[in-house]
Amino acid sequence: MRNLLIVFLLMIWGVCFATSTPLSVMLPPGQYRPLLKVTEDSSKRIKVESFKMDKYPVTNKDFVSFVKNNPKWKKSNVPSLFAGSEYLKLWKDDVTLGKKAPEDAPVVFISWFAAKAYCESKGKTLPTEAQWEYAAAASPTKKFAAYEDASFQKKILEWYGNPTSHPLGAVGKNDANIYGIYDLHERVWEWVLDFNNGLVTGESRGDRTLDQKMFCGSGASGSVDPGDYATFMRYAFRSSLKANYTVSNLGFRCAKELE
Amino acid sequence: MKKLFCLMLGLSMVGCTQSNQNNQSQKEAVIKGEEVAILTDAPQVPPAITRKHATKVIVNLETSELKMSLADGVEYTFWTFGGKVPGKFIRVREGDLVEFHLHNHPDSKMPHNIDLHAVTGPGGGAVSSFTAPGHSSTFSFRALNPGLYVYHCATAPVGMHIANGMYGLILVEPKEGLPKVDREYYVMQSEFYTKGAFGDQGHQPFSMEKALEENPDYVVFNGAVDAISGEKSLPAQTGETIRLYVGNGGPNLISSFHVIGEIFDKVHPEGSLSTTNKDVQTTLVPAGGSAVVEFEVDTSGTYILVDHSIFRAFNKGALGMIEVTGKDDKNVFSGKLEDKVYHPEGSTIQNIDEDPAPKVVAQNRAERLEFGKRIYDQNCKACHQAEGKGLATAFPPLASSDYLNADKQRAIKVILEGLEGPITVNGKVFDSVMPAQRLTDEDIANVLTYVYNNWGNSGQNVSPEDVKAVREK
Repeated sequence: MRNLLIVFLLMIWGVCFATSTPLSVMLPPGQYRPLLKVTEDSSKRIKVESFKMDKYPVTNKDFVSFVKNNPKWKKSNVPSLFAGSEYLKLWKDDVTLGKKAPEDAPVVFISWFAAKAYCESKGKTLPTEAQWEYAAAASPTKKFAAYEDASFQKKILEWYGNPTSHPLGAVGKNDANIYGIYDLHERVWEWVLDFNNGLVTGESRGDRTLDQKMFCGSGASGSVDPGDYATFMRYAFRSSLKANYTVSNLGFRCAKELE
Repeated sequence: MKKLFCLMLGLSMVGCTQSNQNNQSQKEAVIKGEEVAILTDAPQVPPAITRKHATKVIVNLETSELKMSLADGVEYTFWTFGGKVPGKFIRVREGDLVEFHLHNHPDSKMPHNIDLHAVTGPGGGAVSSFTAPGHSSTFSFRALNPGLYVYHCATAPVGMHIANGMYGLILVEPKEGLPKVDREYYVMQSEFYTKGAFGDQGHQPFSMEKALEENPDYVVFNGAVDAISGEKSLPAQTGETIRLYVGNGGPNLISSFHVIGEIFDKVHPEGSLSTTNKDVQTTLVPAGGSAVVEFEVDTSGTYILVDHSIFRAFNKGALGMIEVTGKDDKNVFSGKLEDKVYHPEGSTIQNIDEDPAPKVVAQNRAERLEFGKRIYDQNCKACHQAEGKGLATAFPPLASSDYLNADKQRAIKVILEGLEGPITVNGKVFDSVMPAQRLTDEDIANVLTYVYNNWGNSGQNVSPEDVKAVREK
C-alpha cells in the first residue's frame, strides 16, 4: 500500500516536472565556425538555422523505457550490424540497470543506429555536427566562448585530458550554457548525425584532400584555428567511429529541426 | 573509406628514398614460422634476436590513459603505449613481417593510433591503426631498414598526444645481429608542459600555452623525474660494455645527450646502425629520433646521464644515473690525490686541515627543538605544512596525529625508509607515497622531537640512539 502511494506521488511529481521544465530548448539561428576552412568566402562561418535541442543527454532511465517499448533494440535482440558486442555493456540485462549504470547518468555503450532510432521514436533526430558544435560553443555566459574565451577552452581540454571512470554522475549537475543546455562538455562524448562527414564527400579526389587535412601534423594547415585543440579532439574522436561502435564514454542527445 | 588521411610530420623517417638492393632482398626474405614479440618497459630491453631467418612477429600493444607520478608529489595523466612512459620497447629483425595489434583501452577518453618510424607505408601505420576507445586495429608491415626508430601516436592534435607520453622505441636489428655487449638499457628523453611550475604539488594538467611556446616545466628520462636515479640507477660492473638505446620523444626539444665521466666509444647517430662514429662526448638526439651509444665502464662510480643543455638537467629533471660497482682502475682514474691551499703569491704551501668542520650536535632539549624546526622546514614542511596539518587527502597530518603518537619506532622507520600504501590517520585513509629521507641520526632525533613536542602531540623525546637502534634493525 505504502509502495503504491510512493509510486503515485512520484507520478504526480513527474508530471509536474515535465510540464514546468521543458526538456528541450530553442536555439536562435546563428553561425558556427567549422574546424576546417571549408567555406568559400572569408567569413569562415557556417549558417545554422534555428532548431531545438534536448537540455540533457539521454539517460539510462530514458533508454530503458525505449527498449521496453522497442524490444528489437534490447541487447539480446539487436543485430551486430547495428550495435557492437558491447552495446549497453554496463546494464545488468536487457531492461535492468547495474551498479555501473545509474538511472540518471547518460546512457553510454550506445551505437549510432540505436541513438538515431531513439530520437526518431520521439519524433526527433540526432543533431548535426554543425548544430552540436554551434550549441557547444557556448559557455554559461557567452555564445561563442569556444572561439574567444581561452579559459573556457582550457577547461574543456582538461576534461578531455582525463580518462573515463564508471559509474558516471547524473546529468544536469554542472552549469547550463547560455541557451540553457547542460552537459555538452565535461560529461560524455555525444553522437552527431553526420559523425563521419570528415571522411567522405562522395568524390574520391575530394576525400583524399579532406583526409589529409584531418590528421597528424598537416592537420594544422587546413584548420581555421590550429590552437583549438578541443575541437580537433572531437573531430578526431568522431572520425575514429563506425556507426555500430559502442564506446564507454559516448552517449547522445536529440534535436529537432523546426517545421 | 579510410584512405590516406594522414600526412607525415616533417620529421618522419618513413618512406626513405633509399631503395637499395638491401630493401629489395628484405622485401623478399622468406618468412619462417611466427612468434609473439617480447615487449619490455624502460629501462629494460628485450633479449637479442638469435634467429638467422625472418619470421612473422606478432606485436600486441595497448593504449591507456593513466594517472601516475611525474615527480615527487606531482601527478600527471599520462597517455601511454602499454601503461608506462616511454612505451614498450619492441625488438624485431630486418626482414621480419610485423603483425601489429593496437588495442585502445575502453576507459580511454581519446581515440589513438601509432606511427612507427620503422614502417615503410602511409602514415607509418597511423591510418591503419586509428582506433576508438574499446576497439582494436590490426595492420602489418615489413621491417625493411635496420635501425633504432621512434614510434608515437599521431592522432589530432598530435602534439598533445605526444606531450602526454605517447612514444617509445622499436629496434630493427640488422640481419647479421648486433655485436654482443654486457648490458643494454632503454632510455628515452621527453618533456612535459604542466599548468603549474616545476615541483608544484598535486595533479598537474597539460598546458597548451607552454607547449606552443616550447617552454617545458619538466625534461626527463623515462617519463618521470628520478626515473633512473638513486635506487633505480642503471647498474653495471667495471669492465663491462654498455649499450644505451636512446630515444627522444620530444615533442619539441632536441637533446644534447651526454654521460658525465664517459666517452662514447661508439655512437650510431640518429639510430642508423650502418653508421658508426667513434670517441664521441655528446650526441644530438632529435625530437622523434634516436641514437645508439656504447661505452666500456673502466672504473667504479656514478655516471650521470644528462641533456647537456644543462639547465634542463639542473632545473627540469633531465638526469639519470649509471651506478658502476667493482674494482677501481687507478691507472684510468686516480680520484683526488691531494687538496692544498693555493697561494698565488707563492708563499709556503700549506696542507688544508684534513678533518671536516665538526657537525653541531644538540646539547640539550631546547637546542634539539630549535635544530628540529630547521630540519622540518627544509624537509617536511612542503608536504605536511607549517603547522603539521597536512593537505586534504594527499599528505597526512602530523598535528594531534594518532598514527604518529602510537609508535615512536614506527615514526623513525618511516623517515628512514619512506612509506607507501594506505594508512589511516585520525580516521582518514591516505594512500600515497613518502620518500625515504636522507638525514643523519642526529637530524632525525631533532626533527621528531620537534614534531612530538608541538601541535598537540604526545611530547615524547627522540634521541640519536633511538634512531640508531631502528636503523640497525
